[in-house]
Amino acid sequence: MIAELGHFALILATAVALYQFIVPLYAAHVGNQALMRTGISAALMQLLLIALAFGILTHAYVVSDFSVANVFQNSHSAKPLLYKISGVWGNHEGSMLLWVLILALYGAAVALFGHNLPLELRARVLAIQASVGFAFLLFIVMTSNPLLRLDPPPIEGNGLNPILQDPALAFHPPFLYAGYVGLSIAFAFAVAALIDGRVDAAWARWVRPWTLAAWMFLTIGIAMGSWWAYYELGWGGWWFWDPVENASFMPWLVATALLLSAIVVEKRNALKIWTVLLSILAFSLSLTGTFLVRSGVLTSVHAFAVDPERGVFILAILCVFIGGALTLFAWRAPKLKAGGLFAPVSREGGLVMNNLFLCVACLSVFIGTLYPLALETISGDKISVGPPYFNLTFGPLMLPLLLLVPIGPFLAWKRGDVAAALRRLWIALALAVLIGLIVLALNLRGPWLAPVGMALGAWLFFGALSDLAAKISLFRVPLSASWQRFRGLPRSGIGTVMAHGGLGIMIIGIIAISLWKIEVIVALKPGDSAMVGGYSVTFQGETPVTGANYTGRAGRFLVAKDGKEITTLVSEKREFKPSGMPTTEVGLHQTMAGDLYIVMGDATNDGGRAMRMYFNPLVNLIWLGALVMFFGGICSLTDRRYRVGAPKARTVPLAVPAE
Amino acid sequence: MTRKQKRLSMILGGLAVIGLAAGLVLYALSGTITFFYTPSEITDKGVARGQRIRLGGMVEEGSWKRGEGTVSRFIVTDTIKTIQVTYNGQLPDLFREGQGVVAEGVIGPQGVFTADTVLAKHDENYMPKELADSLKAKGVKLGKGAEQ
Repeated sequence: MIAELGHFALILATAVALYQFIVPLYAAHVGNQALMRTGISAALMQLLLIALAFGILTHAYVVSDFSVANVFQNSHSAKPLLYKISGVWGNHEGSMLLWVLILALYGAAVALFGHNLPLELRARVLAIQASVGFAFLLFIVMTSNPLLRLDPPPIEGNGLNPILQDPALAFHPPFLYAGYVGLSIAFAFAVAALIDGRVDAAWARWVRPWTLAAWMFLTIGIAMGSWWAYYELGWGGWWFWDPVENASFMPWLVATALLLSAIVVEKRNALKIWTVLLSILAFSLSLTGTFLVRSGVLTSVHAFAVDPERGVFILAILCVFIGGALTLFAWRAPKLKAGGLFAPVSREGGLVMNNLFLCVACLSVFIGTLYPLALETISGDKISVGPPYFNLTFGPLMLPLLLLVPIGPFLAWKRGDVAAALRRLWIALALAVLIGLIVLALNLRGPWLAPVGMALGAWLFFGALSDLAAKISLFRVPLSASWQRFRGLPRSGIGTVMAHGGLGIMIIGIIAISLWKIEVIVALKPGDSAMVGGYSVTFQGETPVTGANYTGRAGRFLVAKDGKEITTLVSEKREFKPSGMPTTEVGLHQTMAGDLYIVMGDATNDGGRAMRMYFNPLVNLIWLGALVMFFGGICSLTDRRYRVGAPKARTVPLAVPAE
Repeated sequence: MTRKQKRLSMILGGLAVIGLAAGLVLYALSGTITFFYTPSEITDKGVARGQRIRLGGMVEEGSWKRGEGTVSRFIVTDTIKTIQVTYNGQLPDLFREGQGVVAEGVIGPQGVFTADTVLAKHDENYMPKELADSLKAKGVKLGKGAEQ
C-alpha cells in the first residue's frame, strides 16, 4: 500500500509541475499577480510530493521490502544500514528520483527565499524550473518507476554492486547531483531573463549564489568520486579521463566560467549576453552528462541499466531544452542591451581570457568524449580516446590560464596594468621561480614539466596569499590594523583567495603524482620483502576474513621505514554475497608526503602472490585542494551581499575597503 | 585605443585561442587514439605489428596460465580466431576464463600481443559493448552477459 502511495505522489507531482510550468508563465505574461504567486505554493507542493515518494522508497530499502522490484534488484537484507540507504540512489530509477528531488529542492528554495526578486522574474524562474522537473518526472513515471511491485515478493534481494558499498560513494551522487541540478537555476534565470528582455547587475547578483552553490557541490562531488576511484578501484590512479568523469567535469569548467563572468555583469554591467549563453550551456552540459551516463551509450560503472527507450527519452528531453533555450537565445539575445566595452588589459579583460580558455578547454574535452561515439555512428570504427589525447589538448590550454589566475585579482577594473600587478606579486613570483629551480636541481634529467609544474602550483598558491596580503595591507600597516581589515573583508574576497589557493595546492598534487609515482609489481611469498619509495614492505601471509555480506582473504604487510616499523597494512580480496562478485580492498598508509598503496593480487604458481604497490607522492594535496576550494565557496556564499533572501539594502560596515 | 580597436583585439585574441585549441585537438586526435579490434579483425584488417590497439574478446577456457612471477598469459578469442596475450601486472578482479576482456597494447614480432592494460569491467555480467557489437555482427550467439 505504501509503495502505491509513493507512486501516486509521483504522478501528482508531475501534474503539479505541469501547473507550475504553465500558469505562472502565463500569469507573468498577462501581469496577474495572484496567479503568479500560485507558482510559489506549487513549488513547495511539488517538493513535498517528491520528498514523500523518495521517503517511501528509502523506507522500502531500510526495511528490505523486496516486493518493490527496485529494492529486490539492488538491495539485500544483510547489507549495512548505510548502504541500504545509499542503495536508494545506487541504481537508475532511484538516482533519477534523487535528481528530481534535488531539482524540486532548488525550486522550493527560490520560492521560499526569493522575496527580493521581482514577482514576474520569480514566477518565470519557477516556471522554467518546473518545466525541467515536469520532463524528468514524466520520464520517471513513464520509463523508470522506482516503486513498481513484484508479485509474488521474493524472499531475498540481489544486493548492491559491492564496489558501490563505500562511504565516499554513498555521498558522491547526492553532492554531484546537487551540483548538476543547481545549474538548472542559472538556466531558469537565463531563460527568464530572455523572456523578460532584461539583464542587469541585480540579475547577476541573484544568479551568482545559485551558481556558486552548484559549483561548490560539483567540486566536492567530483573530488569524492575521484577519491573513491583512487582507493576502491585499486588502479592507483585518481583520474582516468573516463567519459563519465568528463561528463561531470565539463559542467564544472563552464560553471567556473559562469561564476566569473557573472561578476563582470554585476560590477561592470558588461558581458551580459555571454553570461546568459554560459548559463544555458552549463545546464545543457549537465543534461548531456545525464544523458551520457544514464542512456547506456557509454559502458561504465554508472550505466546501471541499458534500455533504448530510456536513452531516446532523455535524448528528447535534451533536444527540447537545449534546442529550445538556444532558439530563444538566438531570437531574444539581440534585444538585450549590450554592455560597455573595456580595455583588453583590465580585470574584465582577464575574466574574458579566463572564460575563453575554460570554454575552449571544455570544448576539447567535449570533442575527446564524443568523438568515439560520433565516429562509430558514422564509420563503424571503434576507437578509444584516452589520457594521451587529454594531456595533449587540455594540458596546454590550462597552462596559460593558470599563469594568469594570480594576476587577475591585481588588475583594476576598466584599465589594468600587468607590469604593476606583477610588481605587487614579486614575492609570489620569486618563490615560484625558486621552487622551480630547486626541483630542477634535484631532478636534472627529469621531464621539463617537473620544474614548470611545481613553479606553476607555487605561483598559484603564493599568488593567492599575495592577494590576501594586499587586501589587508599586510606589513604596510600595523598588524593589528591588518587584522581589523581582515575581519572587515567581504567574505567573497576570502572565498576567491581560498579557491585560487586550493587550485594551486591541487596542481602541486597532480604534477607530483603524474611525474614521481613509483609502481612496483612483484611476486611475494610470505616472509618476502620489497622496497617501495623508501618503505620496506614485508608480506606476512594471509588469513581468511568474514564480513556482514562477504568472505575473503586478508594479506598482512609489515611496513618499515629506515629500519623502524611504522604500521601493518591489510589488503583484502573479498567475495560478496549473493552475487559472488570479487573486489579488492587496498592497503593504504596515508601521509602528507605521499601514500603507500598496496594491492594484493592473484596467487602465483609457486605459492606466492602477485603484489602491486605504489608510492603516490603528495597525492592527498589533490583532494585537500578541492576541499579548500569547496570551503572557499561556502565562505563566499555567506557574504552578506549574496545572502539568499537578504534585504536589498544593508548598511555596509565601515571597515570594508573599496573593491 | 578606440572602441573599434578594443573590439578587434578581443576578437583576434579569441580566434587565436580557438585556433590553438583546434590545432591541438586535430594533432592529438591523429596521434593518440587507439582502435578497437577483435582477433579476426586483426588479421582481416592487417593491423601492423607495433601499432597500439585495443584488443577485445573472450578469455579462452583453459588458456589462462597464471603467475609465472607476475606475468600472466592467456588466449583471447572471438570464437573465430585467437591471439596469445602476455601481461605483466595484476589482472582485474573480474578477469575470468570464458568472460569478456579488453586489453590495450601492441602486437610483438612473434604475433604475441603484449598488453599493458587489461580491463574486465565492473559488472560480473559485463561484456564490453564494442565486443558485444562485433560478435553480434559476426552472428555469434551471446551468453547472458551480452544483453546488459
